[in-house]
Amino acid sequence: MYRYDAIDREFLTDRANEFRSQVVRRLAGEITEDQFKPLRLMNGLYLQLHAYMLRIAIPYGSLDSRQLRKLAEIARTYDKGYGHFTTRTNLQFHWIKLADAPDILDHLASVDMHAIQTSGNCIRNVTADPFSGATPEEIDDPRVWSEAIRQWSSLHPEFSFLPRKFKIAITASAKDRTAARVHDIGLAIKRDRSGALGFEVMVGGGLGATPYVGPTIREFLPASRLLSYLEAILRVYNRLGRRDNRTKARIKILVASLGAEEFARKVEAEWEAIGPGSDLPDTELARIRAAFAPTAFETLPARSTAFEEAKGTNPAFARFVRNNVKPHKAPGYAIVEVSLKAIGATPGDASAEQMEVVADLAERYGQNDIRVTHEQNLVLPHVKQDDLPTVYAALAAVDLATPNINLISDIIACPGLDYCALANARAIPVAQHIAERFADQDRAELIGELKIKISGCINACGHHHVGHIGILGVDKKGEEFYQLTLGGSGAEDASVGKVLGPALPANKVAEAIDAMVDVYLSQRQEGERFLDTLRRTGAAPFKEAVYADAH
Amino acid sequence: MPTLIKLEAGRFTRAEDPFTSVGDDQELPPGDVIISLTRFQNDGERLLGQGRALGVRLEPAEEAAALAYDLPRIAVVALAFPGYRDGRAYTSARVLRERYGFKGEVRAVGDVLREQAQFMVRCGFDAFEPADGATPEEWAAAAARFRHVYQRAADSRAPAFAEREE
Repeated sequence: MYRYDAIDREFLTDRANEFRSQVVRRLAGEITEDQFKPLRLMNGLYLQLHAYMLRIAIPYGSLDSRQLRKLAEIARTYDKGYGHFTTRTNLQFHWIKLADAPDILDHLASVDMHAIQTSGNCIRNVTADPFSGATPEEIDDPRVWSEAIRQWSSLHPEFSFLPRKFKIAITASAKDRTAARVHDIGLAIKRDRSGALGFEVMVGGGLGATPYVGPTIREFLPASRLLSYLEAILRVYNRLGRRDNRTKARIKILVASLGAEEFARKVEAEWEAIGPGSDLPDTELARIRAAFAPTAFETLPARSTAFEEAKGTNPAFARFVRNNVKPHKAPGYAIVEVSLKAIGATPGDASAEQMEVVADLAERYGQNDIRVTHEQNLVLPHVKQDDLPTVYAALAAVDLATPNINLISDIIACPGLDYCALANARAIPVAQHIAERFADQDRAELIGELKIKISGCINACGHHHVGHIGILGVDKKGEEFYQLTLGGSGAEDASVGKVLGPALPANKVAEAIDAMVDVYLSQRQEGERFLDTLRRTGAAPFKEAVYADAH
Repeated sequence: MPTLIKLEAGRFTRAEDPFTSVGDDQELPPGDVIISLTRFQNDGERLLGQGRALGVRLEPAEEAAALAYDLPRIAVVALAFPGYRDGRAYTSARVLRERYGFKGEVRAVGDVLREQAQFMVRCGFDAFEPADGATPEEWAAAAARFRHVYQRAADSRAPAFAEREE
């Protein structure tokens, strides 16, 4: 956890004060809603179907217990007792009153949090591998670089009025848990042959109406040159990105229309002209690295007897471990994924009580560290294996121990028509139906990794393009229909799914998925995931199964 | 005439505007004028020969680089904001200051609002025609809302990382 210094704190205080004065002017009628809109959007405050929605930044998905407790307190005091974690690892409150918003920002600032740049055409919250500092696969800790970008991008004078919003993700191991290739910029931490640290730079990925997997424009950028290179990319985009048509304004359209090579050439020329003057001094990078609270790992045996015994005697715990517990770099420790996808619940929602339980567990058993994943779950990155049975029991007591990470019911869904003014169709009930149909845990494990992602409209906040099975809500003459896409992936093997066929009515979606799962189970070869089988066989047998009735 | 606010030696003051902004289809009045890039490219040489001060207005799509070799002869570059959401002029201002070392006036014209004051000042603008009626005092207050900044830009403010080294 990056620890704020006086400068970081004063910055947030100034921001909260600025927003309070803007709200006061709005409530007094000194400015109109039209004039106020851009100001509130700079602070993550949207007007939705039923109320204001406040989107709070959780930089690179990293929280400590004090912060998560504060979010719980805000949920209880100013919302309906829960919050919604998003695919950008932020937290949204959907039932906010305008007059309360300044107080909420003060609360947030008191625990070093804010809502800066969670909306608007600016550089949004930077996301990073949720297993940072814990996974043995990691090349370097991406939080250090994410924090450097967070600071650099905060109220950036040149890049606060871009053609469109701008999202950056940093992945730090071969396994990509950030969907880096479908971001405006994806950074993959690497080492070159000499062992020097750097980044592979991917630009122009994205979802929405025109999905792209971002091409690599630089195989290796020396780490110390990160900010000047980002400045060059943003500058080329700020000058040349389209502003005449909102749907063509993302950087992916610029990269696609210029071609990756020509775009890269422009960036390199700009980077050359900018020079190293825009880079952070090494001393500041070292300071940021040191400002992260140290994690001290005890010397433990690689295998915990208590843990092994509990697995042997408690099958439910053993199942939880198989699906939600991941290897840690330190012997005797583990990474615990906390599922926010209980069967029948709203994906990504957490109640104030659940937040408090996770905060307590992090404090007692998890080095005070909590992460949010882009798949809308939480992570306790540093738990001793000895403590896993206790942590599991405490999570289970508040319905947070669903053993379904990466399984068919671990579904990403946007808020959809239940909340969002843009949606064409509901997403949450569809996710709930599917989860209920596959509630049998044995069957879910038999099926294995299967990523379903649901968006309520073409803006694709639910990432349907990169779902192994994607589901897109469409409006047909006032009725909700759902279009299926197959074969997408947001991971290191990123690809955009292809539309399977005509859209289905809501009550046929779960059935169609069941039919495709049956095809997979009958066709799969040793070790194949759903996605692997699909890639081998093509979509034909799946299409046949879904539309058999229609013939 | 919109109010002109100028930033000189760290102070924002209301200023008389000696320049007349002239559209392409308008006759040139005598005295100092701000003209379009096209008009400057067609007629600038002759006008400069008349001994008057010239300003050039760049629309957002026009690159600062188009003026690179003329900057020493130009008194004002006016960067247009057709709407406050169009952020291209921020880059142009920085490029004028940081890449070409332009020492003349960089003026923000168009949909120029006090909420953008801090960004404009940081990018090197030193003259403003506010569309929201902001006074120099209001403009100064808006530009000074934040005690700290996190990045180097075209102004002289020390970013947080430099403050930390002190």
